[in-house]
Amino acid sequence: MTTPLFSVRGLRKTYGTGSTAFDALRGVDLDIHEGESLAIVGKSGSGKSTLMHLLALLDRPTAGSITLEGADTSRLSQKELNTTRNRAFGFVFQQFFLNASASVLDNVTLPLTIAGVPGRERTARGLAALAQLGIEDKATNRANDLSGGQKQRVVISRALINRPRVIFADEPTGNLDSVTGATVEDILFDLNSRQGITLVVVTHDEELAARCDRSVFVRDGLVDTTAQVAA
Amino acid sequence: MRTVDVVRSAFRNAFRSRLRTTLTVLAIVIGAFTLSLTNGIGAGINGFVQSTVAGIGVDDVMTVTRTTEQADLTSGPAEYDPDQATTTGGGTPGQGMPGPGGGAVPALTEADVDTLAAIDGVLRVEPTEAVTLDYVQHDGGTRYQLALSQFVPGMQVELAAGDQVDLDASDPQLVLPESYLEPLGFADAQHAVGAEVTLALTDAAGTQVTSRATVVGVAEPGLVSSSGAIPNDALTSSLYALQQVGAPAGQGDVYASASVWFDVDAGDEATAALQERLADAGYTGTTLEDQLGAVTSVIDTVVLVLNGFAVIALLAASIGIVNTLFMAVQERTREVGLMKAMGLSSAKVFALFSIEAVVIGLLGSALGVVGAVAVGQVSAAALASTVLADLPGLTLVLFEPVTVGAVVLGVMAIAFLAGTLPALRAAKADPIASLRYE
Repeated sequence: MTTPLFSVRGLRKTYGTGSTAFDALRGVDLDIHEGESLAIVGKSGSGKSTLMHLLALLDRPTAGSITLEGADTSRLSQKELNTTRNRAFGFVFQQFFLNASASVLDNVTLPLTIAGVPGRERTARGLAALAQLGIEDKATNRANDLSGGQKQRVVISRALINRPRVIFADEPTGNLDSVTGATVEDILFDLNSRQGITLVVVTHDEELAARCDRSVFVRDGLVDTTAQVAA
Repeated sequence: MRTVDVVRSAFRNAFRSRLRTTLTVLAIVIGAFTLSLTNGIGAGINGFVQSTVAGIGVDDVMTVTRTTEQADLTSGPAEYDPDQATTTGGGTPGQGMPGPGGGAVPALTEADVDTLAAIDGVLRVEPTEAVTLDYVQHDGGTRYQLALSQFVPGMQVELAAGDQVDLDASDPQLVLPESYLEPLGFADAQHAVGAEVTLALTDAAGTQVTSRATVVGVAEPGLVSSSGAIPNDALTSSLYALQQVGAPAGQGDVYASASVWFDVDAGDEATAALQERLADAGYTGTTLEDQLGAVTSVIDTVVLVLNGFAVIALLAASIGIVNTLFMAVQERTREVGLMKAMGLSSAKVFALFSIEAVVIGLLGSALGVVGAVAVGQVSAAALASTVLADLPGLTLVLFEPVTVGAVVLGVMAIAFLAGTLPALRAAKADPIASLRYE
């Protein structure tokens, strides 16, 4: 078996100190392989979002290790963490987090702007990413003028533009009606199967979780192995 | 993120909340406007004073007189010195020279001139040949009193017409003050140039004698320049010779003051040392700077006080910047969180917000400076023909590029400092907490 993309061992995360300390994660072990789609399922407050944030290198664990392609991420400097997030990860959030006053194109090319890609290349790649999701005609529109489904397409375009290896999706369909939500799901799974982009979806939607290759259930800061078997 | 993208984003972000930015900019405009205008007025007036300096004399010449023994309370009255020569009051020509308000002032003799020449640091001594005129007359018309100023080489008089006097010319010449034109019967300044006037004085024997001189130029009235006529050396010498006729031998060559040339490039300390040595020898040396220093220092002080008010206005405006940016950071919490999640470094987040502050500062100071220049030009034009009509050559508001640039850069620096606090808060923000922020 190949080296997993992510290898999580004994992961703990404690918020606060002393009497107000709260253990969000209490020792999680998890492997995620390149190209698979994984659903992290759990109730709110179970620690599933915390797990995703730690995997996405947005936060550092209190204890335990996350190995990314064999490299211990705790040894990475802040700059290396920033570069890894910028180059290897794409983010799709429940709230779209679009800059309402900026154009669709500017929103989509934000990761490239942050990476320091020249303007002309940004525009070309931005339009290509929008075309991939069939909304290239909205490039010059203000992000605020789009419908919910269109917004989530823009968000997926933004997540795709830096050709990431992993897309982290936090409740990607939570703000959408079921028809639009299904379309967005199709897009995400299509990217996973056709382009081999690893998909990590955080959701409490069991139907969405069922479409993934694998689901892990998080309960009270631990991966619930019994539930995993049941799935 | 490239620097050009950071700057572009900062510019765009500054205008996201137009009303808020406009109000903040307005506060800065007021401060920058005041600062530019007060500096401009200070520079204008000081520039006028400086240009008038050339009209009074040159900066490497000191006027030297015998030190008057001041009868102060502790030392008692000064002892009578039979060898001390005096000239009578009123004989000191021109203005700006230390002269008595009346009564006797110790005069300089040939021996004094020799003593002065021997003092270290004195390059050249020229005794001032004081001539007291009785009257000036043109073409047999009404006779008017006229004082003669001393002309020093290098002196530039603001002229309404004609030329400066030719110091090397052998024929007697003089520059007439503009105020004498009408009384003497000249239609205008151009008509006076080239005309001959009659000058009368009383010699030592008590006889009134006359001499003639050619008017070569007409002087404009200035702020501190002399109100007397300016003769050339030929005229002064011939008049002085006439004045000395009948004077008892030995008392002949007595001067109210002397001009001493010194090396101005040696610096202020060397000049002060020379004045010290002159004082030790019993003379008082007054430089042009000493005479004008009072005027410019008053103007500088007034400008400084006004600048102080402008800076206070700018400080108040900078608090506006702090407030505006804190609101912007608050509004864009999630945006900052997203950008950080996508790998934007804290340093770039800091740059984004602090440059936004600098943009606000740049905008405010640029508008303020432009406003000040516009108001300065309009008011100068309006005042020049009314209130300040008597002071030709005065540029009321003078905008020096260096000062204007310093105001703009200074305001941008203040804006940057004001922006650091909000920018630091944005830079420190935790991406997850920012993304959760509702």
